[in-house]
Amino acid sequence: DGVQRLYSSGIQRVTMIPGDGIGPEISAAVKQIFAAADAPLDWEDVDVTPVKGPDGKFRLPQAVFDSMAKTKVGLKGPLATPIGKGHQSLNLALRKAFSLYANVRPCKSIEGYKTPYDDVDIVTIRENTEGEYSGIEHTIVDGVVQSIKLITEEASMRVAEYAFEYARNNDRSTVTAVHKANIMRMSDGLFLKCCRDVAQKNKDIKFREMYLDTVCLNMVQDPSEFDVLVMPNLYGDILSDLCAGLIGGLGVTPSGNIGSEGAIFESVHGTAPDIAGQDKANPTALLLSAVMMLRHMKLNDHARRIEKSCLEVIREGNHLTADLGGNTTCSQFTTEICRRVQEMS
Amino acid sequence: MLVSISYLFKQAQYGGRHTVTLMTGDGVGPELLGHVQEVFRYAGAPIDFEKIEINSSTNSPEVMHNAMLSVRRNGVAIKGNIETKFDDPTFKSMNVALRTGLNLYASIVCCKSIPNVSSRQNKIDMILIRENTEGEYRQLEHENVKGVVESLKIITRERSTRIAEFAFDYAVHHGRKKVTAIHKANIMKLGDGLFLECCRSVSKKYPDIEFNDLIIDNASMQMVSRPEQFDVLVSPNLYGNVLSNIAVGLVGGAGLVPGMNIGSGYAVFETGTRNSGRSLTGKNIANPVGMLLAGCDMLDYLSHHRHATLIRESVQNVLSDKGVQTPDIGGQATTVEVVQAVIDEIKPKTKSW
Ligand SMILES: Nc1ncnc2c1ncn2[C@@H]1O[C@H](COP(=O)(O)OP(=O)(O)OP(=O)(O)O)[C@@H](O)[C@H]1O
Ligand SMILES: Nc1ncnc2c1ncn2[C@@H]1O[C@H](COP(=O)(O)OP(=O)(O)OP(=O)(O)O)[C@@H](O)[C@H]1O
Ligand SMILES: [Mg+2]
Ligand SMILES: [Mg+2]
Repeated sequence: DGVQRLYSSGIQRVTMIPGDGIGPEISAAVKQIFAAADAPLDWEDVDVTPVKGPDGKFRLPQAVFDSMAKTKVGLKGPLATPIGKGHQSLNLALRKAFSLYANVRPCKSIEGYKTPYDDVDIVTIRENTEGEYSGIEHTIVDGVVQSIKLITEEASMRVAEYAFEYARNNDRSTVTAVHKANIMRMSDGLFLKCCRDVAQKNKDIKFREMYLDTVCLNMVQDPSEFDVLVMPNLYGDILSDLCAGLIGGLGVTPSGNIGSEGAIFESVHGTAPDIAGQDKANPTALLLSAVMMLRHMKLNDHARRIEKSCLEVIREGNHLTADLGGNTTCSQFTTEICRRVQEMS
Repeated sequence: MLVSISYLFKQAQYGGRHTVTLMTGDGVGPELLGHVQEVFRYAGAPIDFEKIEINSSTNSPEVMHNAMLSVRRNGVAIKGNIETKFDDPTFKSMNVALRTGLNLYASIVCCKSIPNVSSRQNKIDMILIRENTEGEYRQLEHENVKGVVESLKIITRERSTRIAEFAFDYAVHHGRKKVTAIHKANIMKLGDGLFLECCRSVSKKYPDIEFNDLIIDNASMQMVSRPEQFDVLVSPNLYGNVLSNIAVGLVGGAGLVPGMNIGSGYAVFETGTRNSGRSLTGKNIANPVGMLLAGCDMLDYLSHHRHATLIRESVQNVLSDKGVQTPDIGGQATTVEVVQAVIDEIKPKTKSW
């Protein structure tokens, strides 16, 4: 029918989860900028407020699954995690529901936003389904707890393969596997073995392996010696935040979750309840996540124009939001980016 | 500097001299420890070394047994790092075996920015205290089904409480104001939850020390963006490994910072990040400062404060005033030139002794 034809003519649908706190404001900013860039996509907004099922348990609303099943691509703002209510975090639920097995976080120094580092250009790729986050823990006797870290060949191969594929698609030269196989000989040993096996099949990309601690040590001294890093869950959690710290924090770092059933791109900062609704939020992290999404959808030209405009506005320093040391509102910042995007097309 | 932990130890002392075990290790360990001996000689430090050749190629139960016996006899050791050959399935970390065998339950790394040493941050002054015997380092692993490995992390109330008490005691004795516990209790609710609960309950006994906690990923980010907020940190084993490497990197690198392992009976001194520096071996470019300072900490521990201070101040003068520095921190001097500069500082000061 007509609708189908419209989509096959090039407009793709994307699921949008605006999120809580500053989520709606920064999502609106992204939509506005995408419209200015004439990005050929349609947003399908979905609400992820948990609904109570017949068994009394709260879960994600069916609309999320239906929408993602169609679109395969989502953009998500920050979600407030209810504290102390004993139910699963929404982020975790989404990750499980769509088998989002790899978390990708590019960290690149932002010109105009000064930190002690101006030479960062790193991508961390984190295994996102197992490891220390298996959730299996027991109290063996009172006062003795065992937590199980689970490493499987299947998940390790999958994330390693993605790392090399990412490196190739993004013109990256080196993949470094981060491990602690000197201590966790079998588990990290297996992860490392998988990375080595995959490296064998991808000889066009250079492969290195390094201890987690040595990466931390060298990262803060000279981040320019790192390119793409691939690692088990916990190490990825730590290193992705460390790298974000090098370029100025979570307010400016994008992120993508790649899965077998689709991909969800998201800002990794929180809901910032202290500034929500005040038009003070910085939409950069969500916008750069949306740029990653465009590249994932092979809309490279739109990605380039939007990214360039955003980084230019920050570099010039005349329109900065408060978190970057300026006094521009979210809407003024957004308008400025839109203006440049249009000039560029 | 370490006056207050001297209450814990046992030592071999004959006529005012101490005998300590020296374990050579791999990489730059042997050369750096050679320099420590030399500097001690010029400083007139009353220490005799019992040298044990131990490294990744002497991986036999006898060598390990002898090393352990020697430390048990002397109470105190200084060591180079022993590489772990993780590609050989029969090879287990000898460093871990020493730490658990001697029950060295606390690792301490003091990180402080050094004037005139180029680094990305210059307002760092923190103490990292790390549980040194359990957690992820228990090395309990199994492969139930092919391609599926489980690795157990063990957290106990006893050891968590012990390290928390150690950290707060340390803070009190060293005039520190705040202790921060590091964890991932939002994910590892039982394990890290227990660690955090122990820290909290110990903190109640120290009302004069401020207490807070941070999740490890956030802590790593804070460490590079606002490191001046940290004072004393206490953490389970692996997080301590991560944070001490970040902190050491921020003040200038692996060659600069000493570390120590303390237990109820024994103390073992080494470099803060426990690297073997294999690629620098025999090139006369390794930074000798971290190992020399580890030697100073050892002298303090043995209450030879005058010698400790003499060497420490000489090292500081060489680094900061004279600017004699190895390439890893931006200088052009060789290892031997730095050591010689330290000796030249020491010589006139020992004349009157
Ligand atoms: N996009 C953003 N733009 C501007 N400031 C931000 C942004 N995201 C976070 N912040 C600021 O960073 C600080 C930390 O906020 P963040 O939302 O990450 O944590 P939080 O307040 O604990 O919320 P949550 O519980 O949802 O994680 C706040 O002061 C907030 O104002
Ligand atoms: N004494 C030293 N002086 C200067 N740099 C050092 C020194 N010791 C270690 N380093 C540096 O610290 C970093 C990590 O050391 P190292 O290569 O030993 O790490 P590693 O990953 O633990 O490897 P290994 O298996 O050899 O121990 C390297 O960049 C090394 O050059
Ligand atoms: Mg995190
Ligand atoms: Mg090492």
